[in-house]
Amino acid sequence: MSANNDVLLHVDNLVMHFPIYRGVFQRQVGAVHAVDGVSFDVKRGETLGLVGESGCGKSTTGRTILQLYKATAGKVLFDGADLMSLKREEMRWMRRQMQMIFQDPYASLNPRMTVADIVGEPLMVHNAATGKEIQERVAHLLELVNLSPSFAGRYPHEFSGGQRQRIGVARALALQPSFIVCDEPISALDVSIQAQVVNLLEELQEQFNLTYLFIAHDLSMVRHISKRVAVMYLGVIVELAERDELYSQPLHPYTQALLSAVPIPDPLADARRKRVILEGDVPSPVNPPSGCRFRTRCPIADKICAETRPEFRQLKPGHFVACHFAERFLQ
Amino acid sequence: MPDLLLDVQGLETTFKTPDGVIHAVNGVSFNLKEGETLGVVGESGCGKSVTMMSALKLIPMPPGKITAGKAFFFGKDLLQMSSEEIRHVRGAQISMVFQDPMTSLNPVLTIGRQLEEPLMLHVGMSKKQAQERAAELLSMVGIPNAKDRLGDYPHQYSGGMRQRVMIAMALSCSPQILIADEPTTALDVTIQAQITDLVRRLRDELGMAIIWITHDLGVVAGLAQRVIVMYGGFIIEESPVKELYANPEHPYTIGLLGSLPRVDEQQHQKLFSIEGQPPVLYQKPQTCPFAPRCKWAKERCWKENPMLLPVGPEHRAACWVDTKTGSYRA
Repeated sequence: MSANNDVLLHVDNLVMHFPIYRGVFQRQVGAVHAVDGVSFDVKRGETLGLVGESGCGKSTTGRTILQLYKATAGKVLFDGADLMSLKREEMRWMRRQMQMIFQDPYASLNPRMTVADIVGEPLMVHNAATGKEIQERVAHLLELVNLSPSFAGRYPHEFSGGQRQRIGVARALALQPSFIVCDEPISALDVSIQAQVVNLLEELQEQFNLTYLFIAHDLSMVRHISKRVAVMYLGVIVELAERDELYSQPLHPYTQALLSAVPIPDPLADARRKRVILEGDVPSPVNPPSGCRFRTRCPIADKICAETRPEFRQLKPGHFVACHFAERFLQ
Repeated sequence: MPDLLLDVQGLETTFKTPDGVIHAVNGVSFNLKEGETLGVVGESGCGKSVTMMSALKLIPMPPGKITAGKAFFFGKDLLQMSSEEIRHVRGAQISMVFQDPMTSLNPVLTIGRQLEEPLMLHVGMSKKQAQERAAELLSMVGIPNAKDRLGDYPHQYSGGMRQRVMIAMALSCSPQILIADEPTTALDVTIQAQITDLVRRLRDELGMAIIWITHDLGVVAGLAQRVIVMYGGFIIEESPVKELYANPEHPYTIGLLGSLPRVDEQQHQKLFSIEGQPPVLYQKPQTCPFAPRCKWAKERCWKENPMLLPVGPEHRAACWVDTKTGSYRA
């Protein structure tokens, strides 16, 4: 179906609204506009970084793509197949191809299951292996993530945060997926441990030709790991470009502010750069601003921004931006 | 030395747990000069928060116990003070801002009430004076319509605004020292930038000294004049900020800086990773606490714990090995 064979995942105008019910009769009184028309492609073997601040809808996007939520509208094509029109059984088969690594390694592992059960569970659920084969596969998977196979009989509480996240990675790899949504996989970890996990993810990507959707709020880490980066704000993607292009020539005022807010671990470089400090807070997604979502905090907002929602358009090859005035920043 | 605001010497703190005694702080000495901003950097469990809490006698005792050390504030040892005396120091002269603005405000009291309380308690203002001052403080930390918002409850404020309230509260009695314990860790980057900007401005206006505790080497780079790096309950490096980032001497500091990707990264390099994990100290280490993770470790590192020794102007590090040559320091 997909015209371009390089594209593994095609997301088209994805919308995810969570209804809010109130009162005795539980009538719907509104909706949280968590994701509001998001479109992008992920190419085979690449890492697409999805950044934004808390509540911008980046995790919801990841989960909706994996059909963990039933999308309100939009289309998700995975390897050409429209995930939303698949039957239960077909979707089950598809799930082998797409896995997820969660943020909190303390909450995402069942404390009453041994490592062997946790890592082997996907194999069992999907009837991918039985009996002795499961044990062998688990041992192999643990080795892949640099854990000793002798840990298989232990429980999650016996491990540190970094080791737990490795267990989570091993579980995600169990069914040999081609696509993994990494939902803030390192934000709960200490700095020196973050590097261990990121290096591991990169090695595995190379080894198995994995495709990642890497969701994070840490722009430095996203720059490090991604090939292309999409920036989200309040349910919409405001900018998407190749990594170096985005970081060196951001065209959206939000991206510019976001980049300038990231502290650089170097006092000299930090003192040299220009700072854009945004006023105020992110508005509520229950009642998002009309027109451009960012206009309430935007330093260059004008009348048109309140009236018309800016189109997500390609301004340079491969560089998409949703801002009425993005041309100003073109050099 | 009159220009030393705070002078901590040989501080040691332990915690009793069901699994044994944990040696959280193992002989930490540092000082703070007037108007100076000191960054305290380290990963979780390195003892950075406990050090500061111990100096202010804020750790729960038991299970905590300050087993040795002195903490002079204007020539008086905070650790010898009665709880009555130290209460006057805390809040009025030394105040703290904590990591989580969601849990450090009382949810059933209005913001105004919580701001007025220390003013009436420590400064002896009347209710009316305190109300006016509270409104001033709120607008000073950049909360619009400050007067109208005094009657709001914490849940009506966003995370960034709550942290501003915490800062307003900490500054309400014009302290000489502000201790900020990971104040921006729970916040988004754009809000973090707002808060660090605010602190920078207030520091210049009010001239207080700041101790900024964080795991984020990036935040410290833009804020502090001097940095101490902690590991395993020890200070392992201490240096002026520019020197530290340009010439880190301790292998742990080098590793920490190398493991950070930079937003201005030009080339894709594999991140330097420190293998293994930080130690849990059931015994006070007699050898270098970092040796098990250190790729420069030599025989002596496994026998003796290095002291903090000068390695440059105002720059001290606790390492036997010169990482540039790989041999022992002279």
